[in-house]
Amino acid sequence: MRWQMRAFVLAVSAAVPIAQACAQPNANDDGQWTMPAHDYASTRFSRLDQINRDNVGRLKLSFTFSTGIVKGHEAAPLVVGSTMYIVTPYPNYIYALDLSQDGAPLKWKYDPKVAAAAQGVACCDVVNRGAFYSNGKLFFNTLDNQTIAVDAATGAEVWRTKLDDINKGATMTMAPLVADGKVLVGSSGGEMGVRGWLAALDEGSGKIAWRAYSTGPDKDVLIGPSFKPFYATDRGTDLGVKTWPPEAWKIGGGNVWGWISYDPDLKLVYYGTGNPGPWNPDQRPGDNKWTTGIFARDVTTGQARWYYQFSPHDLFDHDGINEQILITMKINGKPRKVLLRAERNGFFYVMDRVTGQVIAADPYGNLNAALGVDLKTGRLIPNPDKETKQGKVVRGICPASPGMKDWNPMAFSPRTGLVYIPHLNLCMDYGAMEANYIAGTPYVGADVKMYAGPGGNRGVFTAWDPGARKARWEIKEDLPLWSGALVTAGDVVFYGTMDGWFKALDAVSGKLLWQFKAGSGIIGQPISYRAPDGKQHIAVLAGVGGWAGAVVAGGLDPRDPTAALGFAAATQDLPGKTTGGGMLYDFVLP
Amino acid sequence: MAVALVLLSACDREAREVRGKPLPETAVAAQTSQLFPAGGTAGPIDPRAKMYEGNAYHIAEGGRLYRQMNCVGCHANGGGGMGPALMDDQWRYGGRMDQIVASIDQGRPNGMPSWRGKLTPTQMWQLAAYVRTLSANVAKDVAPSRSDTMSATYPPTLAKPKPPTDSDPAAVKGPAR
Ligand code: HEC
Repeated sequence: MRWQMRAFVLAVSAAVPIAQACAQPNANDDGQWTMPAHDYASTRFSRLDQINRDNVGRLKLSFTFSTGIVKGHEAAPLVVGSTMYIVTPYPNYIYALDLSQDGAPLKWKYDPKVAAAAQGVACCDVVNRGAFYSNGKLFFNTLDNQTIAVDAATGAEVWRTKLDDINKGATMTMAPLVADGKVLVGSSGGEMGVRGWLAALDEGSGKIAWRAYSTGPDKDVLIGPSFKPFYATDRGTDLGVKTWPPEAWKIGGGNVWGWISYDPDLKLVYYGTGNPGPWNPDQRPGDNKWTTGIFARDVTTGQARWYYQFSPHDLFDHDGINEQILITMKINGKPRKVLLRAERNGFFYVMDRVTGQVIAADPYGNLNAALGVDLKTGRLIPNPDKETKQGKVVRGICPASPGMKDWNPMAFSPRTGLVYIPHLNLCMDYGAMEANYIAGTPYVGADVKMYAGPGGNRGVFTAWDPGARKARWEIKEDLPLWSGALVTAGDVVFYGTMDGWFKALDAVSGKLLWQFKAGSGIIGQPISYRAPDGKQHIAVLAGVGGWAGAVVAGGLDPRDPTAALGFAAATQDLPGKTTGGGMLYDFVLP
Repeated sequence: MAVALVLLSACDREAREVRGKPLPETAVAAQTSQLFPAGGTAGPIDPRAKMYEGNAYHIAEGGRLYRQMNCVGCHANGGGGMGPALMDDQWRYGGRMDQIVASIDQGRPNGMPSWRGKLTPTQMWQLAAYVRTLSANVAKDVAPSRSDTMSATYPPTLAKPKPPTDSDPAAVKGPAR
């Protein structure tokens, strides 16, 4: 055995997930898809069951729509009433398609006129992860740091608020979440030394209600008397300053470019923070709070309730921005409100979402960068053999920078009790060197080269049983898996591959039931909805790109293994397998 | 044979000036289009180009600046990332020395910062010379014979030259209006 896995876990023996996701506004599923994650609990579970294991093999194309853009399409389409909405990568157009008519013709298009220069400071292709519908308006972010509200019926702009500056290297790529009358949005820019934040804008006016930074003094981080982190290492004043060298927190990252979940009963929002900057760890001794961790915050005031750090003093660019699925789970006989996270650092976490306690943390793939998670202290136990260091090349680190799983979200089925995780099997060589901070340019300090992990497959689709704390089955995918997952009450799971296969699997057994070849690689998030024709449809955006597909979307030269921050080394073959081109594919049973 | 070559090139190198004469502190406004209404051609290449491009010291300085100024963060070691690849034969704004200097000096609309006032023209010429080594378009005897990077890249002297073309499909601004 090359590396020993020691997982220090509490005995949650034979914990069985009880079959229910937490309360959510559209709990009885009206057939719409109004937010990328489907619901506040972020299940990406559709209660529609017309399409099932027996008939999915007959699924047929119903219509297509070209976005006219050749960059990476990571967004989920939305469906509200009889309209489908698509937000594109830069230049961040919104298209509204009329589902009540044959062929779903274009109803309107909105062009926010995004600054072209923003393209140069977007770390990993010019992606956008989706819009959010609430009370007659669509909310979305632009690459040049604006949050915009448009009238969903007409496409007329209602308000726009500028939140950061491309000349600091900031961009916005995440999908907003609207809760409690607030539009929650966050920054990207972890590779440019951008100081990350989450902001809440008033849903009606776009005025900033509060903003919580991920580094700096407590007053900036919105840490006050109600902050009760579970672990001792997160207690103390101004840790967002003290766990950094002097002033380093000002350019320390912790960007909020991933997913937000919301528990309406607890009135808490949950979201993660990105990597600390620069990637070279020796320039930032300390735990680098509050990067690479998860916050629970009061949605009304923004005040932090608890925080937990997945990767203190991150050594590998293991951002903590992945989605959290909120469910209730029976643990040792008692139902507990938990959150599930398939973390970039390689561990699948089950956490108590009231207190921030880690209940379990188990590796869900090939991992040697850490030895385990100490459940007494909550701390990740680094592997000394794999610690990155300035002036040194450390080889064979697994998982690589994009982690065991990057941004692309998993799905949870309360019917099977399984979590469906689209993820990666990549390792890397990492040479850290001094990075020079120049505002608006990269602040990285690492030469990285990624490659397939043990087994040679670069992607994995895992059905994880959070109660049993192990995988039920897994599908090896040759290319990195960069699309989201969808699961339905028909017990079918959907995801796409980077060479353009859109696949439907049996949610119980993992058996491939149907597949369709799209014109470009799929890195988008599939959805399921009931159309005005009364039928269940499945839709997904194809259009390769993103960090994993930058070699195609950016026309990069893969002879340089460090291209795209080292991802090009692992995707050298991609240009021979797919080309760019955004296209919405919609499917229905005949 | 190999030894003879090395010796030869070493002699060549001796003949060159090491640092070059001080030059007027202006960058260039090179033309980047291939279209000349009613006929014409691009102007002659700036005479400074040859001097910088043929000089190992300037190229080494350019390489140092390429890392120090974070060009490497956006363009990687030539393969590209946030910015386009610089080691291939595809150029949006021209791969001639003076055109590269113009790109550095002026910046470019889709996200290339303008370095005017932040770098001296000499530094821009040095950077341009280094940028051309990434596609192996400088003489082998002046290009660095080993990789300057931590782990992963080949030294440019091992690469096949990729003469510049004015074709970069990745620069097509796709979206239909
Ligand atoms: C913030 C990211 C960023 C930084 C830093 C950066 N570039 Fe660029 N660069 C770009 C982008 C994006 C483009 C493409 C611009 C366009 O197409 O309009 C570009 C274009 C170029 C071009 C033109 C390429 C062509 O095909 O014509 C050259 C040459 C270049 N950069 C060199 C440099 C050098 C030298 C440096 C360091 C002094 C540098 N760049 C720093 C992002 C960057």
